[in-house]
Amino acid sequence: MTVRFLIRRLGGLGVTLLLASMLIFSSLYLAPGSPENIVFGNRTPSPAARAAVRHQLHLDDPLPVRYWDWLTGALHGDFGRSMVTDQQVSDRVGAGLATTVTLVVLAALMIAVLGLTLGVAAALKPGFVDSAVNVYTSVSVTVPPFVASALLISTFAVKLGWFPASGVENGFWGRIDSLVLPAAAMALISCGFLARVTRNAMREQLAKEHVQTATARGLPRRHVIRRHVLRNALPPIVTVIGLQVAGLFASTLIVESAFGVPGIGRLTIQSVAQKDFPVVQAVALLLVAAFVVANAVTDLVQGLVDPRLKTAGGAA
Amino acid sequence: MRNKKQGRIRAVYKWLGPSGTLAALFLLLMVLAAVFASVLAPADPNTGDLLNNYQGSSASHLLGTDGIGRDILSRLLYGTRTSLLGPALVVGVSMAIGIPLALLGAWYGGVVDSAVARVLDLVYALPGLLLAVLTVALFGPGLTPAVVALSIAYVPFLARIVRAAARQQRVSPYVDALAVQGFGVFRISVRHILRNIAPVVLGQAAIAFGYALLDLASLSYLGLAVQAPTADWGVMVSDTDALLKGYSTPVLLPGLLIVGSVLSLTVLGARISGERPEPHPLFGRLFGRVSGSGSERRAADAPAS
Amino acid sequence: MLRLRDVDVALNVEGRMRPVLTGLNLDLAEGEALGLVGESGSGKSMTVRTITRLLPHGARVSGAVEFEGRDVLAMRPAELRAFRDSDVGVVFQDPRAAINPTHRIGDFVGEALRVNRGVSKGEAARRSAELLAAVGIDDAERRLRQYPHELSGGMLQRAMIASVLAAEPRLILADEPTTALDVTIQAEVVGILDRLRRERALSMVFITHDLDLALAVCDRVAVMYAGSVVEVRSARELHDTARHPYTIGLLGSRPAIERRAERLTAIPGRPVSAFEAGPGCAFVSRCAFAQDACRASRPRLEAFQGGLVRCHRVEEIHEHSVV
Repeated sequence: MTVRFLIRRLGGLGVTLLLASMLIFSSLYLAPGSPENIVFGNRTPSPAARAAVRHQLHLDDPLPVRYWDWLTGALHGDFGRSMVTDQQVSDRVGAGLATTVTLVVLAALMIAVLGLTLGVAAALKPGFVDSAVNVYTSVSVTVPPFVASALLISTFAVKLGWFPASGVENGFWGRIDSLVLPAAAMALISCGFLARVTRNAMREQLAKEHVQTATARGLPRRHVIRRHVLRNALPPIVTVIGLQVAGLFASTLIVESAFGVPGIGRLTIQSVAQKDFPVVQAVALLLVAAFVVANAVTDLVQGLVDPRLKTAGGAA
Repeated sequence: MRNKKQGRIRAVYKWLGPSGTLAALFLLLMVLAAVFASVLAPADPNTGDLLNNYQGSSASHLLGTDGIGRDILSRLLYGTRTSLLGPALVVGVSMAIGIPLALLGAWYGGVVDSAVARVLDLVYALPGLLLAVLTVALFGPGLTPAVVALSIAYVPFLARIVRAAARQQRVSPYVDALAVQGFGVFRISVRHILRNIAPVVLGQAAIAFGYALLDLASLSYLGLAVQAPTADWGVMVSDTDALLKGYSTPVLLPGLLIVGSVLSLTVLGARISGERPEPHPLFGRLFGRVSGSGSERRAADAPAS
Repeated sequence: MLRLRDVDVALNVEGRMRPVLTGLNLDLAEGEALGLVGESGSGKSMTVRTITRLLPHGARVSGAVEFEGRDVLAMRPAELRAFRDSDVGVVFQDPRAAINPTHRIGDFVGEALRVNRGVSKGEAARRSAELLAAVGIDDAERRLRQYPHELSGGMLQRAMIASVLAAEPRLILADEPTTALDVTIQAEVVGILDRLRRERALSMVFITHDLDLALAVCDRVAVMYAGSVVEVRSARELHDTARHPYTIGLLGSRPAIERRAERLTAIPGRPVSAFEAGPGCAFVSRCAFAQDACRASRPRLEAFQGGLVRCHRVEEIHEHSVV
């Protein structure tokens, strides 16, 4: 049953990506202005040179043909060449991928730890702790990632000098060290929302009869909180963590630019500014894929967390 | 005369509550700053004096100067204009498209409604920021393409709320009564339904305004919307150079104004609509699926042995 | 074994204290089954929650609740946990809500054994399977691995009974254990509960709104109205010698096969909650025998003809009906 669920999800994933790639491809090539101008920069080319470049870029072929060529290439890992640097797109993207994934994983860990801690504290301690977490949540959702980045850079990088302000250092620990602040800039904003959802879900469970049953059986409070309250509050918590991880990929556009992190996010912004279409296409598709995969994984975990969903899915 | 005025102020205070009033006052201040920027600003926002860069607070430069000696206060004041104008356009355009769509769907129900809902869901599924970034890739950077892209991204955000509220009104007896009396669809929808749900629509529009401000500032920060020399909060925050040299005021002050404005709009919007704010379409979409607690509902449908 | 004296309980409802139990007295002997009967809102479930100290946050309790001479209300957390674990077991009304839907049946039945007593996983599973068989669930090994939503309501309630028996308590509190079940399986579940209780010589407080059911299962029956007990009598006697006007009303308002021709006599008015009751007798607004004295002061629960009755006019009414 889980296998069928997986196959269905993967199928849906493929269709979504295909549609997204069509949309992105066609919209980029319908853009006003001629793409080949980017190759020439400020020079005015001779008609012959222009024709040669157009031919080389396959710009004279009809759109469906071009899309088909691109798609078959993409399926073989060939996303074409950058119009600005003439590098393979896959090489440029590959260079940033590890950094961006590390950044997102780091941020996701921070979100989970901070958000859950705050949420559990707020759920179990009504009064001051609860109100304080509530205020933090309300304010944090209005802070844009780039303001959080600026604040963290000025405090922890410039004034205190604990972390590098920009760029990524070599080596595993150097990379982690450089990515702590960018990850924190995203996590500090997102964890507030997770805290609120955790708190509400736990409060809802605390009021449930089965929690009373567990208490009536003389089970220790810690056990009741962990195995009954938190355990049953997991579905919404998992959903939020999943959606936030998906959202993190979009936030990397901003945060990587703010901290000069050479990842996919900054590459996207640079390519957009330079109108480097082959690169934009590849990274945009990658970001959409990350978004969709994160959602799919969330649904999958959801099925594991809630036994009622698992059998329901199997029966359907 | 005075009593009447005081009574009105008291009524507004009662309506908005302490936090709402504070938020409204802050926003009023921002709007006044935008309108009277040319009068209030002590200096030209774009003329720098390289000999006087990174000055602290002084009589001539109340908030000091930035890296090329421009007066920060003047830039903040002028920045209010672009920072508020963009989101205002986004909310205006998306309301102009979204509200008729929503009322249409709510009134006719059935196929029309589900078609509207499908389209809205589809657009809602796209990350708004990504949409905006791609649009900029197509049309080149600038405020106009950014506003166009965000307007499209915000249509479902507002339309879904209006649709839900209008559907509730649609099934209430007074609508049938009006229809029986021979009033037309347009008249009932606009004069009655829309009027009744106005608080919700206005409140959510205020919240959407805040989120659009956030998105546009992000785009300007990335150099994709408002362009660099122009005084704009998002552009000002992107002055990484000042930050790295240890001058945080020219960067953090506009950041503070952004947070203050968005927070005020959220608080005010929630207060006016009397509901919890809808989530931000990107950072907080997150809320939507959770508050519906889809898993609970799906679980309830599961066969019980 | 269990003794409740002058128990007052008030709940915090949006900042205001609302009494739900007033001057409640109850006694339970070793091995005895006591029925607690009353309409909804009469405080039956609150009595169970008071005995197990499961009252909602902000509740105020006074009086004495004693279990084998120990003051339940004064127990420290560890002592309270031990009391809940090994002395008393509660069968809740709606098993679908009272059993954690994310835990397997086996985890649920053996949970207290494993967590509170450190019984090994395998041993807990073995004992759980035995108990499931004892409450009449076939194919116990497979059931242990299933989730609550895969079992029927009646099956779940049996699993709940099994989970209570697993801790080998001396007292069972059954809070309307069959109300949420289909009519056809109610008798079956009650039968299992009754049989297992007798086999193991356990005491039981059986809560129900169904007077006949209480008379069938219990040794004695206590009738509750508006947060306190109005009459206590042995089940054998209550049917014929009910003395409190409310009990008489209850007996008259239920259908009986042998009296089919007669019209059912409903008790006039609607049930009153403890917080609505005035200074006098709580039943005064619905009582055919009410006098000024009944409105002025609250009667006490006093011995009358082998039972306990809370009524000012019990003797007069009795003589009147005899004459």
